[in-house]
Amino acid sequence: MSHRYQQIALLVAIALLLVFPLLGDRFYVQFVTRMLIMVVFASSLNLLVGYTGLVSLGHAAFFGIAGYIVALYSPEAHAAGFWSSLALSVGGAALLACLIGLLVLRTSGIFFIMATLAFAEMLFYLFHDTSIAGGSDGIYINERPILTIGGWVPIDLSNFVHFYYLVLAFAAAVILLLRVILQSPFGKVIVGIRVNEHRMRSIGFDTFRYKLVCFVIAGALAGLAGYLSAVQFGVVNPEMLGWHQSGSVLMMVILGGMGTLAGPVIGAFSLMMLEELFQSMTKHWQLLTGVVIVLVALYLPRGLAGLLPARPAGNGELPSAGSSASRSASSNTASTGGAPAGVQDRV
Amino acid sequence: MDPTIFLIQLLNGVQYGLLLFLVASGLTLIFGIMGVINLAHGSFYMVGAYLAWSLTQALGSFWLALAAGIVLSVVLGMLLEWLFIRHLYRRDHLQQVLLTYGLILVFSELRSILWGDDVHGVAVPAMLSGSIALTETLAYPVYRFWLSAICVLLAGLMYYLIQHTRLGMMIRAGATNREMTQSLGIDIGLLYRFVFAFGVALAAFAGMIAAPVSSVFPGMGNQVLILCFVVVVIGGLGSVKGALAAALLIGLIDTFGKVVEFELAGFQVLPELAGMSVFVMMAIVLLWRPEGLFSRRLR
Amino acid sequence: MIKPLTRHSSRRDFLTGVGALAGVSLLPLAGCAKSDKVRVGFMLPYTGTYAQLGIAIENGFRLALAGQGGKLGGREVEYFKVDDESNPAKATDNANKIITRDKVDVVVGTVHSGVAMGLIKVARETGSLVLIPNAGANAATGELCSPNVFRTSFSNWQPTHPLGKVMVGNGHKKAVFITWKYAAGEEALASFAEGYRAAGGSIVKELFVPFPNVEFQALLTEIAALQPDAVACFFAGGGAVKFVKDYAAAGLKQKIPLYGSGFLTEGVLDAQGEAAEGVMTTLHYADSLDNARNAAFRSAYRDAYGTDADVYAVQGYDTGLLLIQALEKTGGDITDREAVIAAMEGAVIDSPRGQWTMSKAHNPVQDFYLRRVENGDNKVIGVAWSALEDPARGCSM
Repeated sequence: MSHRYQQIALLVAIALLLVFPLLGDRFYVQFVTRMLIMVVFASSLNLLVGYTGLVSLGHAAFFGIAGYIVALYSPEAHAAGFWSSLALSVGGAALLACLIGLLVLRTSGIFFIMATLAFAEMLFYLFHDTSIAGGSDGIYINERPILTIGGWVPIDLSNFVHFYYLVLAFAAAVILLLRVILQSPFGKVIVGIRVNEHRMRSIGFDTFRYKLVCFVIAGALAGLAGYLSAVQFGVVNPEMLGWHQSGSVLMMVILGGMGTLAGPVIGAFSLMMLEELFQSMTKHWQLLTGVVIVLVALYLPRGLAGLLPARPAGNGELPSAGSSASRSASSNTASTGGAPAGVQDRV
Repeated sequence: MDPTIFLIQLLNGVQYGLLLFLVASGLTLIFGIMGVINLAHGSFYMVGAYLAWSLTQALGSFWLALAAGIVLSVVLGMLLEWLFIRHLYRRDHLQQVLLTYGLILVFSELRSILWGDDVHGVAVPAMLSGSIALTETLAYPVYRFWLSAICVLLAGLMYYLIQHTRLGMMIRAGATNREMTQSLGIDIGLLYRFVFAFGVALAAFAGMIAAPVSSVFPGMGNQVLILCFVVVVIGGLGSVKGALAAALLIGLIDTFGKVVEFELAGFQVLPELAGMSVFVMMAIVLLWRPEGLFSRRLR
Repeated sequence: MIKPLTRHSSRRDFLTGVGALAGVSLLPLAGCAKSDKVRVGFMLPYTGTYAQLGIAIENGFRLALAGQGGKLGGREVEYFKVDDESNPAKATDNANKIITRDKVDVVVGTVHSGVAMGLIKVARETGSLVLIPNAGANAATGELCSPNVFRTSFSNWQPTHPLGKVMVGNGHKKAVFITWKYAAGEEALASFAEGYRAAGGSIVKELFVPFPNVEFQALLTEIAALQPDAVACFFAGGGAVKFVKDYAAAGLKQKIPLYGSGFLTEGVLDAQGEAAEGVMTTLHYADSLDNARNAAFRSAYRDAYGTDADVYAVQGYDTGLLLIQALEKTGGDITDREAVIAAMEGAVIDSPRGQWTMSKAHNPVQDFYLRRVENGDNKVIGVAWSALEDPARGCSM
């Protein structure tokens, strides 16, 4: 029953998103575009945090590097090609993710959180402190890339309505892609890794390689989000790869509910809308945001998506029985770097 | 580099490292013993500095402010543990990260409401306001020496407390096995509340005694937080000795990174990228010893 | 104040947006039919490190308009506010709020250079009129100069440029320059180097501290080892307090005179205390500036807000004066973009900081004063450089 309502709600939401630019004012269309970009970003992180159990506090590194690549690749006076700049940005982010992944995946638990943070901060200072790309003031993309298909320009990236539909299409594609990945044998393995990495390894899976592939996919998708974000307003600055950016996207994932495809969508939309609402209420709006975050941490450990009735298994989401699995995984994460030692031996 | 200058820079590095240790020790203690990752640690440092400023004004004496500030921060720590942290011991790190991230926002706004967004200075207490000449041009403030002495003293005290007292024994037992310790009749809840309050007080105390040499400003907590993480990760989570070694290492790297010129392919690397140096160090340590330099806890 | 009204309207706008998203189509309301009021938008920091600067700028602006009965060219004014938090990550987003959502006629913003870059980018695409009341990024009135962007404060090139001449004049021919490693610091250094070398000085060494790190001890030791004739620096806010205090505590102040861009001693003298005494700086204003205009301004400001005005309040005030002059010329018509721009380009502002005019690139051509800290006050020694104009490199206007 409730599952049916959920499907109806999903269809209504999709329909609304499709017609929204026809009704909305420019500002709101751009605002929703930004939320959709964050959906892509948060979904990419969800693949790591929610499904593979890798909590990254440096995911903005890939988001930001893609922005910097498109900004540096764009010529001063005329537009870059859309496909080439997109491929370069996403490819660059994936390459960076591969390099960083090779190093950070040697650590686990709390050390992984810190290691990812360290690499992202290194990148932050690289762009902040040197004149590679405008230093702390950032860099402009003067002309937005031109999207051509054999000489035909179907979408004008400077037109906010066109850009909205482009981002919407990308967001839908990313969610579908993640669904496909998670339903594939590969997806079953990474969820297995999250639940119990030792078991997966003893069965004979090269868990490091699986985690690395995940890390690269997540990096590439974060790069896609960073590319879209940079192109939307044409400004790239070091804050794009700062730890606040990493922190806020992690908040979106946790707030929405990790390990579900809907979680990052709910998280990105609700966190950004809540912030807007609070901002219009008081100067000290961050106090309200802080209180909401604290309450969610205390009372909604599974995020807002945890409020939704559980869905039947096999939808690319974690089986509802996964709640117990996730609990054991949690204690696993907690212990690898944490106090109650000896869990590793126990497993 | 001239040997005298080198020695002075060494002193600078050690002195900065000791201060970093003081801030980071509370974080490593809370993590090592309670398994709680506390992102709001920098906020307590900031709260300490603002307490030092406002209490010095209200009480007219830095020393009275220090005493009152310690009491207040212990109370704050206990309150926070009772309200929030105690619910998180059995949850995973993500919930702890989420909650303490929320607390950062809350504290930053409460600070703004209570004390405003201005920059303030706290005067160095009169008895420590002199300085000692090191070279013809350079003098070293007595207060900085005192600061270092306090840091060394606290490091020693913590070591003694944890290794050689009954309380320390209970704490170590609690860190190793919570259930077992509880079944031995030790009130682990109270013990944890005490440890958390102690960690909070350490951070606040660091903020208070740093206030006269630093200044008091809104963003100071976040700035210190990231550095603390670097210290704790390099030292090995939960290791007080490791935190000390790592803090000194970071202090030295930061100091020499700013002044030593080092060319790579015709490009001046270090002063140009001094901001990166500590993170590069952290990355190297993580790859070489993923669990930190001193991964065994509380030794 | 008009604030609460604004809050409501923006909140309603937002809820309307949310409502539309939820399928409740209330959108005609959000269209906000243009009234006959002049819509002025403040995009300033109201929270965070620069909150006081944002408030001072807004206060100054309102004070200028109060002299006109709160009107611009005879028309009522409606205010809109966005707190930019000095966060560059949200800059374009906040700029869009004030420009495309609130549909203001003119934006007053902002303090932080990185945020200003985001605002200018949006303004270049929408053609909106922007008045920058503080942010100093050279590019704003340099390579990114634009007919619809004006600045009423300074460019980063300006405050440190006259320092060199002053220092050489005092016999200090070998100097060390120290600043944070970020864009404003590097721009201040570049312009100092230019002026200092032209006057015959040479820079022994350039020292950088990673932003916003405030651990200066290593570099102070380096300065002591280098033994320059003088030190010049660029710091502001918390860093300025700490640097000046550390410099004095290291015993360097007695031996090596300290010079700086005026922001070193603006709004932080109380916190710096004794350590700041004798520090020499150059800036386009000083609280103690002795002219009738300044005295009248400062007493009016104190009466209105109960606090003392500072350089940021003056910049906000001048922003108001500029807009008043322009709209007086056009008879209150702000939609005639070309007339408004022409009026601003020809404006002569009779400011508390002294009279100034607008350069071709839309940056103030103004006097820079040499000040020395005496008894906790920036005392004016004289004019360090009169009618200093930013070179506006890369501007083709």
